[in-house]
Amino acid sequence: MMDYTVRELEKWNNKIEDIVEEEGLDCYPQEFEICSYEDMLCYEAYMGMPSHYPHWSYGKAYERKKTLYKYNVEGLPYEMVINSNPCIAYLMRDNTLFLQIFTMAHVYGHNDFFKNNRLFVEGTRAETAIEMFKNHADRIRAYIQDPGLGYEQVERVLDAAHALRFQTTRVVGSKKLTHEQQKQKILDKYYEDTKVVSCLDKKKNIAFPDLNQIPLEPTEDITGFILEYGKLEDWEADILRIVMEETQYFIPQIETKIMNEGWASYWHYRILNKLELPQHLHMEFLNRHNQVVRPFKGSINPYYMGFKIFQDIEKRFGIARIFETRKLERDESFIRRYLTEELCREMNLYEYHKRGSDYVIKEISDEEGWMNIRNTIANNVGMSSVPYIRVMDVSPRDRTLLLIHEYDGRELDLTYAYATLKYLAELWKAKILLRTVVDNVRKLIICDENKKISMNGA
Amino acid sequence: MRTIAIFREYDSRGYDRSTEDRRRHRQLVEDAIKKNIGNIIAEESIIGQSKDKIIKIPIRGLKEYQFIYGKNKPGVGSGDGSEKRGDRIGSDEVDRTEGPAGNHEGEDIYETEITIEELINYLFEDLDLPFMQRKKFHEIESEHSYKRLGYQKRGIPPRLAKKRAVIEKIKRKQQYYRGVTEEQLQDGEKQKERFPFKEEDLRYFHLKKDVKRESNAVVICIMDTSGSMDITKKYLARSFYFLLYQFVRLRYVNVEIAFIAHSTVAKEVSEDEFFHKGESGGTYISSGYAKALELIENRYNPVIWNIYAFHCSDGDNWVEDNEKAVELAKKLCEVCNLFGYGEITLGYYTPISTIRAEFIDKIHYPNFSVVTMTKKEDIIPALKKLLDKDKELQE
Repeated sequence: MMDYTVRELEKWNNKIEDIVEEEGLDCYPQEFEICSYEDMLCYEAYMGMPSHYPHWSYGKAYERKKTLYKYNVEGLPYEMVINSNPCIAYLMRDNTLFLQIFTMAHVYGHNDFFKNNRLFVEGTRAETAIEMFKNHADRIRAYIQDPGLGYEQVERVLDAAHALRFQTTRVVGSKKLTHEQQKQKILDKYYEDTKVVSCLDKKKNIAFPDLNQIPLEPTEDITGFILEYGKLEDWEADILRIVMEETQYFIPQIETKIMNEGWASYWHYRILNKLELPQHLHMEFLNRHNQVVRPFKGSINPYYMGFKIFQDIEKRFGIARIFETRKLERDESFIRRYLTEELCREMNLYEYHKRGSDYVIKEISDEEGWMNIRNTIANNVGMSSVPYIRVMDVSPRDRTLLLIHEYDGRELDLTYAYATLKYLAELWKAKILLRTVVDNVRKLIICDENKKISMNGA
Repeated sequence: MRTIAIFREYDSRGYDRSTEDRRRHRQLVEDAIKKNIGNIIAEESIIGQSKDKIIKIPIRGLKEYQFIYGKNKPGVGSGDGSEKRGDRIGSDEVDRTEGPAGNHEGEDIYETEITIEELINYLFEDLDLPFMQRKKFHEIESEHSYKRLGYQKRGIPPRLAKKRAVIEKIKRKQQYYRGVTEEQLQDGEKQKERFPFKEEDLRYFHLKKDVKRESNAVVICIMDTSGSMDITKKYLARSFYFLLYQFVRLRYVNVEIAFIAHSTVAKEVSEDEFFHKGESGGTYISSGYAKALELIENRYNPVIWNIYAFHCSDGDNWVEDNEKAVELAKKLCEVCNLFGYGEITLGYYTPISTIRAEFIDKIHYPNFSVVTMTKKEDIIPALKKLLDKDKELQE
């Protein structure tokens, strides 16, 4: 049952908005939708989108969310806000009045972040986000209803597209060069390299670049590569493009998880402190805040880490700096620049690694250790948690695709790699080779046309 | 300029848009369970589990495969400050964090709950045994009792239905008075006359042979528990018996199970002893069969019991016993619905044991079957082979 009226929510919202304005947050118009527990789970399963194409993975996400809530292990319960203009957030009807106030304050933090952070500004179009998802959903549904295709066909392609969704351009806002520009770039580099500037220089022996090479330059955008060079039916390509567009919409969120949650937590804390809550609500506020913004034993709580860092930046450099930070950084640079030795110590951060079947502590936050820890976090956040795999070559004879995993000490999970290669083969429709490193030895994983996997030394 | 937030109340009117995706997910999970059913079932304790018992199967979610890093990637966590370099903080076997499970990408925590019965149903659905639905009960007629079924006008004195005869007499009396005229009534004398039974009043019970339908079945598990049957072999046997038991239980109302362990001598034992006590020494397979026959003789009359006997052995029988074993096996075939011999051998090279060869050569009963199991994956095909015999017999 609701222990509040919408009137009350509006009253508190006005107060919050006053503070938001006063503090200089710059938000999209805000919309709150009050919904039931079940609707909330649905929104969370479909990433907050009012409309989304169907796929079993969202059914799974729903069950998973439900389980997590049952065991009470998610950060702020029932908080969901999406990057759109106007910014849409959901409030779960059964939450207490206090939780709604708390959530609203938190939401304004995210709203400001969406509107101002560079990655969102360059990488997403908040004005059309909702329509984009609606449009995707309509297209997929049309394919499902097409008697020539049907559910299973569409699911087959979606499964494969989802498997490869993060193997795409990861730099937000990067301009894609046309083939002509790429060729020009390669030629320029060749002439630069072979230029003989003085008679003392030896004649350099550099082969003339092969301008018919596919790809011209190695590319991490495997999805894009398949779209360009694959033998996909139009509808298959369209599905792949839909999934790719969706990934591009979400990459800024993946790249700024710690900052985004930290920023929102910083603001809910600040706003609620200024709200002059009645005594009993204030107590609830402190409790709830400490629950959300607390260290997780054995892992990193982005709410906690982000909150701590923003507070520290403010303390050391003043408030203008935090606004600048939220605008320019992403998690990797944020951590590198602002996670200090003191913070590492305060959060008792340690680094562990695997030895045999045991997890063993490798570094602790002391003088020698903290920087390693910081770098490890920076190297593993956001899209850096996705293996960097590039398309190197396509054999002109049988279209065999050569991929190289750029090994940086982190090995691929082989079970996952095998399964993912099969999905890739489903789309590429030819043999695939993946060069990687297993137990410090170079290996070549082969997935043939029949999706049979084998592994050789390479 | 400031716009004030809009509040909207959302009402889905009971429409849940995730229904279809959840159904599809559930269906895919079920498919995954079915594929893996042999392994799942082999984990369960054989009997004493009610069919309604819910077991939890750790379905680690349907995996959404992507390229991900393996376990050798470094990780960072928060501690309490007491950690030192080199401390062991966990291992693969135990979940290493107390933190939210949701933090582990790719590790899906949820389990699916399923009853043993559902599991068995999945399995048999897969085995394609359509007759199960049609003939759920395998009935045996035991004609030893009679049932009264209505009345008849003729019969022998012991079956006289006295109450019914009185009723018939009263009916006749009533009819008689209805037919009597006023004048006749004036003659009071007549009214006081006695109204005796007549032959036509008498009724006798009609007896019908009562065909009592029995639906009893017993699964007799015979196993070689001599020294050569090690844990792994017993494990395979156990899984097989479990499935056989489950199958039989699906088809009969009343199912019992008996365990006979043998080395050179046989005795009836409890389930626990059956699977966990080993003996040393040699093997007389015939001893197990003799014991089974004795049990059938004493407790499970084949007239009212459907008997499923199955013998698991590693084929290591003492030669002098072979002839006797074959003889007794034939006897078992005569009294059992199905009798099976399962040879459990481990390893790639499996020479045909003498006893198995003898069985194949000398026993030609349609309800006898020989199966071989070397690994977990063989259990289901073996069961199928055995049950296919049952299917043939019924057709």
